[in-house]
Amino acid sequence: MSIVVTRCPVAKKVLPREGLVDLTLHCPEIARQAAPGQFVMVRCEGFTLRRPLSICDAQGDLLRVVFEIRGAGTAWLAGVEEGEALDILGPQGKGFELGDVTRPVVFTGGGIGIFPLLFACRPFRQQGTVLLGFRTAAMVALTDDFRETGADLRLATDDGTAGHHGMVTGLLTARLDERPCAAIFACGPRPMLRATAEEAMRRGIPCQVSMEQRMACGMGACLGCANKIRRPDGAETYAHVCVDGPVFDAREVVW
Amino acid sequence: MVTAPRLSVNIAGVTLANPIITASGAFGFGREYGALFPLSELGAVTVKGLTLEERAGNPPPRVAETPAGMLNSIGLQNPGVDKFMREELPWLKAQGTVIIANIAGNTIGDYCAVTERLTVSDVDLLELNISCPNVKQGGVAFGTTCENAAGITAAVRRYCTKPLIVKLSPNVADIAEIAAAVVDAGADALSLINTLLGMRIDIDTRRPILANNVGGLSGPAVRPIAVRMVWQVRNRVKVPIIGMGGVAAWEDAVEMLLAGANAVAVGAALFTDSYAPVKIKQGLVEYLERNGIADVNALVGAMQVNS
Repeated sequence: MSIVVTRCPVAKKVLPREGLVDLTLHCPEIARQAAPGQFVMVRCEGFTLRRPLSICDAQGDLLRVVFEIRGAGTAWLAGVEEGEALDILGPQGKGFELGDVTRPVVFTGGGIGIFPLLFACRPFRQQGTVLLGFRTAAMVALTDDFRETGADLRLATDDGTAGHHGMVTGLLTARLDERPCAAIFACGPRPMLRATAEEAMRRGIPCQVSMEQRMACGMGACLGCANKIRRPDGAETYAHVCVDGPVFDAREVVW
Repeated sequence: MVTAPRLSVNIAGVTLANPIITASGAFGFGREYGALFPLSELGAVTVKGLTLEERAGNPPPRVAETPAGMLNSIGLQNPGVDKFMREELPWLKAQGTVIIANIAGNTIGDYCAVTERLTVSDVDLLELNISCPNVKQGGVAFGTTCENAAGITAAVRRYCTKPLIVKLSPNVADIAEIAAAVVDAGADALSLINTLLGMRIDIDTRRPILANNVGGLSGPAVRPIAVRMVWQVRNRVKVPIIGMGGVAAWEDAVEMLLAGANAVAVGAALFTDSYAPVKIKQGLVEYLERNGIADVNALVGAMQVNS
């Protein structure tokens, strides 16, 4: 596998809800070698730093990224239309180690952390349980895509306007009480990841978490995106989200 | 057939195939960008700042974007000089480019110990970092007064048998004074500028974005300051200057050379465009050809000031 920098045309642009942009890019060089949990760095015209976006899906020559408009950079990106090209660097990072996809597994996602889970859950089909948490019903997105994979999809919202009223970790506890789970894969806000990791560790279930940090080079050179981990020898050190992650074994993360 | 313009430059006795260098900290030890283009395209590679012992660096967040630039407070995370020499230098040496080792530390003794090791290694030049704004001890404190800057330069000079570059801080009242002091103390060449101390605040949390509160500003936002300082230092000292600070395009490199730099380093622009140094070199060649300039050295300090 090797990282490439390439210009790829936007094949399809959809706005799943207000503030959310879903881009499908014609990008064979990256799409064909992308693994679930990896990300790309997208250049935004007029900005010094590229924006890291997790790969939501990769099928054939097409690469899909979904992002929320957060600031001026993503606002620029949201203005790119079908047929226009984006400058993309990737695929980058260490993704999810899915293991045997015939085992029953659980995915927990929160907010804008749900996107990389679509690519990751697909090979598990009916064996995957996908638990997604959002602030409120208006923020819910991509549920049809997740259902299409065959996964058992369950929702939670902080205000109870859709699905379970409460945290996604409430759904996790219920699911783990129901039937066996061979592994947990999580992506979302740090407190959600921590709660997921703690529940997994209590039950002795392997857990991988996808983390984020402010990033500059996105390729391991600048050491900007530090994430504290515990080395096998017990010493704490800074790993980097861009090359050592974004997916980490939950046991090595220093919360 | 028109002969290609001469691109090679001389920095303190070391010949660089061209004047485009990568700046310390933006380029790691070369492996990451070396996967995208041959490092032999570059005049030199300046490696990440090296300290005597391994350093973990500062807590995150360590970077934040700014208008036309970015802040960083990496805090000199590096594996230590010995591990660099064992695990990184042999690979880098085989890439066919000049190697500049950036050295840092908390005390003068640390700097000297790092110098002692590197001066007998395969690196070609040493760059003394007395201008890092992101560490509590040492770093920028050595670079903000003539007395301290000259003192550490003279101390390191005694251990250094390779050409010694001193990298200057822009966070000073008169950079030409500091430049003159370190040249008198034995510097063979100068790098300027390091980053400018800056800050960004998250207005929702009412906290600085960087965990270290403050960090070094780089990128196009600082370029006019860098150009002005290169010009001021060129007017004061004769030694070679490596100009840096916000160079993102070939036009910026030409500006640096005209202001008096003998070579130009590229840092933050790598994050926007991984191929920036290669494109800058190509653009420079085309500029020389278009203008019938046979030797890039003819541009150095060739600016005519207004009277």
